[in-house]
Amino acid sequence: MMGGYGDVKLLNDDGTRLDGRAIDEMRPVTAEVGVLPAADGSAMVTHGLNVAVAAVYGPVEAHPRKIQRQDRAVVDVRYNMAPFSTSDRIRPGYNRRSREISKVTAEALESVVLVERFPRAKISVEIEILAAEAGTRCVGITAASLALADAGIPMRDMIVGVASGKVEDIVVLDLDKAEDNYGQADLPVGILPTTGEIAFLQMDGDLSPEEYDTCMEYNFKAAKEIHEIMVDALKAKYDGGA
Amino acid sequence: MNGAAEGAEQRLVTPGEVIGTSLDKRAGIGVLSQGEGMIATRLGWVRENNDTISIDPINSRYTPRSGDLVIGIIEAVRNNLWFADVLGPFNGLLPMSLAPWKVEFGAARQFMDVGDVILARVQEVDESHSVVLTMKGVGLRKLKEGVMSSVPMNLVSKLKGENDENLRALSAASDCRVIVGENGRIWADGNSKGVDLVRKVINLVTKEGHKNTFQQSLSDMIGNTPGGDE
Repeated sequence: MMGGYGDVKLLNDDGTRLDGRAIDEMRPVTAEVGVLPAADGSAMVTHGLNVAVAAVYGPVEAHPRKIQRQDRAVVDVRYNMAPFSTSDRIRPGYNRRSREISKVTAEALESVVLVERFPRAKISVEIEILAAEAGTRCVGITAASLALADAGIPMRDMIVGVASGKVEDIVVLDLDKAEDNYGQADLPVGILPTTGEIAFLQMDGDLSPEEYDTCMEYNFKAAKEIHEIMVDALKAKYDGGA
Repeated sequence: MNGAAEGAEQRLVTPGEVIGTSLDKRAGIGVLSQGEGMIATRLGWVRENNDTISIDPINSRYTPRSGDLVIGIIEAVRNNLWFADVLGPFNGLLPMSLAPWKVEFGAARQFMDVGDVILARVQEVDESHSVVLTMKGVGLRKLKEGVMSSVPMNLVSKLKGENDENLRALSAASDCRVIVGENGRIWADGNSKGVDLVRKVINLVTKEGHKNTFQQSLSDMIGNTPGGDE
């Protein structure tokens, strides 16, 4: 992820970023639920040029039997990037990176889903990244929690995935591709918007404690905005209801 | 059944949303009390019953409860028991001792085979969610003719109506025997015209069951069909 620092210019002279955003401005986010008829729950989230689709199946009996837990459900996450999602075609299938992201996503989701309600069961979450422009793990987790909500799976809260980072020694919210590749640090977190808890946190590069605090401040602000978009998406599907 | 008449006033909430304080109310289904607050754990409509707040989920998988009338499909047969798919997370288990026939050990398959449809009741559900079914009881049987369909499980109560009113009206109007399982499966038997009406109603429930105009649309549909007189 971290390229060399080099002499790539990532901030304009007037303090804005290459794509014209302010340093604490997020890329535009859209969300829609119920996009896949075959799944128990599904969602599509776009974040900048990222497009993620998530599908949830279950809870169903966990197979093979050895993965069953007698006291709770297991959340099985498969994060995958489509071969056409990046400018260089990527080899289809599981790789080291998608395995890691699947694992951290599963652990984050298990912390909000009320897994103890479904002993011996499995909840499958499939996250497919159709287009990637930095920050796909965050978009994926946002889409996954929307799909879980759409599937009617009980959970304490939804998770909002969001990232901040550092470019040219300045903390910025929501890195785009150039900033991710040539910037100095990246701090993706999964935030529970109601309680403000953190479900996952990773860091790439170095941040001073002060820079970390600024990153988190930006992240929480963005999480609130994204959460509103998620709630609107869920409510929009059932508009005119009751 | 459904908090009845308040209709349009229901509030749609999303998981994690704070819906009140736990000081004067109790948390019901789909609600978690956390500290002094109460949060929704599901996408659905808030319902207040006396001093209990619960949520009618919009979308959910069937969770078997003992006593439920369900329509199952036999998925596997063993020497002395059957496994039936009841649309829950786990297959229901029907032991030969709870079947309506006197079955010799090893002869289970002669009475029911994979693919057969049964009307059964949930006998018990243990804490690890294993489901035992029974076919001993009035009306519980193997369903041999008729058509089977399904609606989302959370709309079953809408389809049945207050005290099964809608169901009775539908049976009368279509001149069909109609059975609605708590798991969302529906069985109907009658002439083709009647079955057609049942199908139309099922479509209506699936599409508009969550709207507050549903009851009116349903009355229009049942009332306007020829032969719909009592």
